[in-house]
Amino acid sequence: MASNDVQDYVGFDTITQQMERKFLKRGFNFNVILVGESGMGKSTLVNSIFASHLIDSQGRRAAQEVIRKTTEIAPVTQTLEENGVRVRLTIVDTPGFGDQCNNEGCWVPVIKYIKDQHAAYLERELKPQRDRVIVDTRIHACLYFLNPGSRGLRPLDVEVLKRLTEVTNVIPVIAKSDSMTIEERTAFKRRIKEELAFHRIVVFPYACEDDSEEDRVLNASIRELIPFAVVGSEEVMELDGKLVRGRRHGWGVINIFDENHSDFVHLRNFMLRTHLSDLVEVTAQRHYEQFRTSQLRQIKELRAQQAAAAATGGPHAMPTQAPPQAPVANVMQHQPMTQV
Amino acid sequence: MRVGTSMQATGASGATKKKMTGYVGFSNYPNQEHRRSIKRGFSFTLMVAGESGLGKSTLINTLFESKVYPGKDDNAAAAAAAALGVVVGSEGAKTVEITSVSAEIVENNVKLRLSVVDTPGFGDSINNDQAWKPILENIESRFDAYLAQENRVNRSKIVDNRVNALLYFIKPTGHGLRAIDIEFMKNLHNKVNLIPVVAKADTMTPREVEQFKGKILADINFHGIQIFKPVSDQFDDPETIADNKAIAGKIPFAVVGSERLVERSDGTRVRGRQYPWGIIEVENEAHNDFVSLRQMLLRTHMEELRDATDVSLYETYRTQKLLALGHVQDNTVFREFNPRQQLEEEERVHAAKMQKLEAEMAAVFKQKVQEKEGKLRQSEDELYSRHKDMKGVLERQRGELEDKKRRLGISDAGMPVPAVGVQQHDGAQPAVQSKDKKKNRFF
Repeated sequence: MASNDVQDYVGFDTITQQMERKFLKRGFNFNVILVGESGMGKSTLVNSIFASHLIDSQGRRAAQEVIRKTTEIAPVTQTLEENGVRVRLTIVDTPGFGDQCNNEGCWVPVIKYIKDQHAAYLERELKPQRDRVIVDTRIHACLYFLNPGSRGLRPLDVEVLKRLTEVTNVIPVIAKSDSMTIEERTAFKRRIKEELAFHRIVVFPYACEDDSEEDRVLNASIRELIPFAVVGSEEVMELDGKLVRGRRHGWGVINIFDENHSDFVHLRNFMLRTHLSDLVEVTAQRHYEQFRTSQLRQIKELRAQQAAAAATGGPHAMPTQAPPQAPVANVMQHQPMTQV
Repeated sequence: MRVGTSMQATGASGATKKKMTGYVGFSNYPNQEHRRSIKRGFSFTLMVAGESGLGKSTLINTLFESKVYPGKDDNAAAAAAAALGVVVGSEGAKTVEITSVSAEIVENNVKLRLSVVDTPGFGDSINNDQAWKPILENIESRFDAYLAQENRVNRSKIVDNRVNALLYFIKPTGHGLRAIDIEFMKNLHNKVNLIPVVAKADTMTPREVEQFKGKILADINFHGIQIFKPVSDQFDDPETIADNKAIAGKIPFAVVGSERLVERSDGTRVRGRQYPWGIIEVENEAHNDFVSLRQMLLRTHMEELRDATDVSLYETYRTQKLLALGHVQDNTVFREFNPRQQLEEEERVHAAKMQKLEAEMAAVFKQKVQEKEGKLRQSEDELYSRHKDMKGVLERQRGELEDKKRRLGISDAGMPVPAVGVQQHDGAQPAVQSKDKKKNRFF
């Protein structure tokens, strides 16, 4: 038996180590967009998840500062390294979202940005001579921050979530959940889940047919927790002799790593320890492919129209052989306005 | 009671400040007023505004320690909704409603007719540009109703529904006021007593609360928003002044509400919220400002709120409304009626009249005198000339007489005189004669 093993050992199981080595060399990109009103604790949460001060809060500091009239897109890219693994992390903040009196269309810049990243990737993919490794700026995860204590989803939430879930992986999060008691939290989560089902809003993780059994179990437990009731903190304090991240009130200390206090640990594990590659893969396979399909179809239709026009009207013939990028770019520009 | 001899006018009213030597008893007046108002009862209308989910109803129930707003439990609502097979809330309240709940509460024989006006749906839509308008209209319609009642013929029963205070709930973002907050406050601050309240204060640590309050106050000052502040005047005792200052220093109040009782580690039951990491007590001043809010709203400044509504807010509204309707301000009705002054005035007027008459008469008199003088002078001149004429005539006559006398030989002494050629009658002769006579006499 033993001799058979030694001679019949082929060795392709080392592929995982080879991939790991490649990964270590290359590093990878991870892009997250934060969508929520000002003051929800977005910056603090991200800084807590990655345990470093990555982004500054974009909130209004002085009374003289004017309230933003439109949603801005503020991407910040940094490289983090842990145990030899390098990640180019891009956090995209959306200051101004939902802050005005009239929030009609405040989601348009966000959707446009996400689609633009898909478009940029498609453009690079379609080039005759493309890079060996295309820099991936596509948004892999969108953390959507819900107001604690409202009676479920607000009209704005419904509108935005419907649109966001079509273009990216949305992870709904309850901001500043330390304002709710445990019972209130459970009731609120149940309410949100009901409303998401009612509006047919599908959030990450998605159920897939070729999920293994343990995947399914894991996903089911994740789905139980959604939306994650989180508390963020950049302050480290001492609690029972240990250093923890927390918030110190006059009547108690919140430890964000304590599972009874908040779902922070679950969110972090979910996003980074278990489903990180899933997020990247699903973005590439599902959302990007959807986008690509619709784009190419449009290009094909456009080309067909142009060909038809050239065939019918001689002097009015439009240039048929436009380079691949140009129609893509043109169509890109029209894209957000029509589909958003 | 005789007034002292030194009559110094003190104070703006010009009333004299006099010390009394015994107890008179009019200081009992406030007690009489107190008894009457207890009999009458009080009314107080409180409006709450803010986005849904900020704990407005819970706070009201906590403030008045009774279920003014029944059934605000999420569980109850969700259960009811599930029973109906409906998922509530997805469509949301697209418009702002105004709902009012009235209750009569009695404490120590004092009857309070309390009305709480809620504004569900405020700030919940996507477009909240006009969210404040229904609320403003409601407040103004209450002013209008009061104005109409004031103008009735029979005004004995006036029901006061005007909003005395508006608690505006601010979301605890930590970043200052939001656009919708500023819009709301700018449009309503001069129609109602605005009391900003930071909702769900258990979200923030004490340091965050301080910073947030500072940012809110900076925003309020920057936009010129008038909020209700308890002020002390000179008549208050130092303790009240200190209390007022303490309360004013906490505005905006960071509050937490709860209708449930929770058990503390030492076994006592208090109203509060139970978290895995601790219990926040509603009535603990170290945990939140609920006690200060209650103090100001109910225990110390309720009358001031009602007064400010009546005296300044309502009056301003009324003035604007009436001027807009075309009434014109007639200030003559404000002149004071003082009998002595009036008499003096009359006297003055009379004296002036008399003087005028006198002057006229004097002028007329003078004129007449002048005329008469003129006439007299004229006649004097005439007389003088006549006199002269007559004198001339007389002289001639005398000359003739003397001639005659000499001819007749009568001397001056009456003695006969020798005739010396007396028969010439021309004037020269007598003159020569007299000269000769004189010559003769002198030699």
